[in-house]
Amino acid sequence: MSAVPVELESRGRNVPEATAAADVVATDLGGLRALVDRSTDTDVARALATPHPGLEDFAALLSAPAADRLEDLAQVAHRRTLQRFGPTMRLYAPLYLSNECVSVCTYCGFSAGNDIARRTLTVDEVAAEAAELRRRGLRHVLLVSAEHARLVSKDHLVRCVERLAPLLPSIAVEVQVWDTATYRRLLAAGCEGVTVFQETYDPETYAAVHLKGKKRNYAWRLAAPDRAAEAGMRRLGIGALLGLTSDWRTEAIALTAHARALMRRWWRTEVTVALPRLRPAAGDYQPADPITDAAFAQLLCALRIALPDAGINLSTREPAHLRDALVPLGVTTMSAGSHTEPGGYAADSGAEPQFEIADTRSPAEMGKALRAAGYDPVWKDWQRS
Amino acid sequence: MIDPLLIAGRELRSRLFLGTGKFPSNAALAATIESTGTAMVTVALRRVDLTATDDILDAIPGDRSVGAEVLLLTNTSGAIDAGEAVRLARLARAAGLPRWIKLEVTPDPRYLLPDAVETLRAAETLVAEGFTVLPYCPADPVLCKRLEEAGCAAVMPLGSWIGSNQGLRSRGALEIIVEQATVPVVVDAGLGAPSHAAEAMEIGADAVLVNTAIGTARDPVAMGRAFRLAVEAGRAGRLAGLAAPGAVAAASSPLTGFLA
Repeated sequence: MSAVPVELESRGRNVPEATAAADVVATDLGGLRALVDRSTDTDVARALATPHPGLEDFAALLSAPAADRLEDLAQVAHRRTLQRFGPTMRLYAPLYLSNECVSVCTYCGFSAGNDIARRTLTVDEVAAEAAELRRRGLRHVLLVSAEHARLVSKDHLVRCVERLAPLLPSIAVEVQVWDTATYRRLLAAGCEGVTVFQETYDPETYAAVHLKGKKRNYAWRLAAPDRAAEAGMRRLGIGALLGLTSDWRTEAIALTAHARALMRRWWRTEVTVALPRLRPAAGDYQPADPITDAAFAQLLCALRIALPDAGINLSTREPAHLRDALVPLGVTTMSAGSHTEPGGYAADSGAEPQFEIADTRSPAEMGKALRAAGYDPVWKDWQRS
Repeated sequence: MIDPLLIAGRELRSRLFLGTGKFPSNAALAATIESTGTAMVTVALRRVDLTATDDILDAIPGDRSVGAEVLLLTNTSGAIDAGEAVRLARLARAAGLPRWIKLEVTPDPRYLLPDAVETLRAAETLVAEGFTVLPYCPADPVLCKRLEEAGCAAVMPLGSWIGSNQGLRSRGALEIIVEQATVPVVVDAGLGAPSHAAEAMEIGADAVLVNTAIGTARDPVAMGRAFRLAVEAGRAGRLAGLAAPGAVAAASSPLTGFLA
């Protein structure tokens, strides 16, 4: 599939032109953030009524006047989700390949230097994990790894995907970012999705929390979804971690701008967004309490209204009762029965998890809870052709 | 009971086709299939999992053969070009599903608008391979003639954007398609209310396909019944000969009455 050809191979300090990354950089985030504080009841009403909301409308939906109308936001978000996606929920599980890492990131349990039990799964072990996930009913799997270019090389990743492709209809990766050529190899091996969280869209915070490793290159990471899409990946997941900066609204605006830009530039590609709230992790990381449950619900509604066609992923970092309550507000994708340590499904691996899971329900329990709430749990929604 | 519909030699006792996405459960889907009285349901191959214990196909009665009372029309949802659509159709055939394919080539995952060029290409290949092809397509009269010439068993032009519930935004073009067609015309996508379905039948569509409006209704089973009645009413009205607009609105000379 050829889209607009762009030169995305160069690993420079600036984002390439004519990319979604460049669109994000060119977005006046400060101006939009200021709009949040200036938004009036009229702006909120307009944002709720327009069939094609813009970033200005998204800003209005994050405002204090919008918080006063949270139930209205929730009703609109719910209606639009139901119309676009139906009462369905796509379920998947992360499959951690390795927690061995050369990068130092202050918020992550896998950060190099943290004294934790570490492991990298062999291809056979990865296949055993996948078989166990299959046995539990899962068909969509996200391969996740810490960053270690030697232990979790591109060749190893390709071998893992090739091995799993006959077992699983849908495979996506959330690993270190690669060049377009490597994404092409992964696609050919049977992987159709790439998830890359920018972590934070604020370059200064980004530099302050990513102390060591290739991940320090903000621009190279920001353009990774463009490279994945250029390679022909069909699903992109993007996100930011709430809790790295003190201003979640700016992160949300940047994420929404990024999603919209990706949809415009790479119009054949599905985009899913996530804004997980950080959880405690090894290395004594304790997130600031960045966003209340009420504000988080408002954010979720605003995302759904501003991005009516985007998938929205809700993490197992959130506790079960809250996940259940947030489902109708726009969530379309959830992980179920997750383990965030390599080797956690087929056997007790002894390796350290990336973060603590708050919603520990099994896939079967998740399915049951969703059905009880009137939702159809969708385990398979992809067919490799 | 309305007059049956003939597609590719198969007689269908209902002119309401049902899409199967967006239902809250398999049980709701099964009950809705019954309440609509449908004889044709479409299922995305991407959702089919013959290895699962509770698969979407379990909601569909019958033996999945071409002769089944409710005919399974596998669709190629997710295909972004002709090659993918053709491969998905072959996979469906290899899985033992009927050779009836609802061809969907929708490269844009947001509005899910059909790609006219790729749809025609895929239709030509699939017809040559012996599939019975019903293509979801833009409401373009010339394209519909080309699809017909390619050997499609029906054409399925859109009423409006899929899932939009906006009704017959393409009405003018649909009227031309109906006028010119030599294969059945099934209006697919965008029908949000029973009245939209009745309107499609009144302008001469041979059938309609509905999913979102039924699957996401507060009571899908009752909405299925409502659409069934609307389709029957619209079809009966069409056959009975609709009065021409304007023919009965005789003005009572309100502007010149003062002269009397």
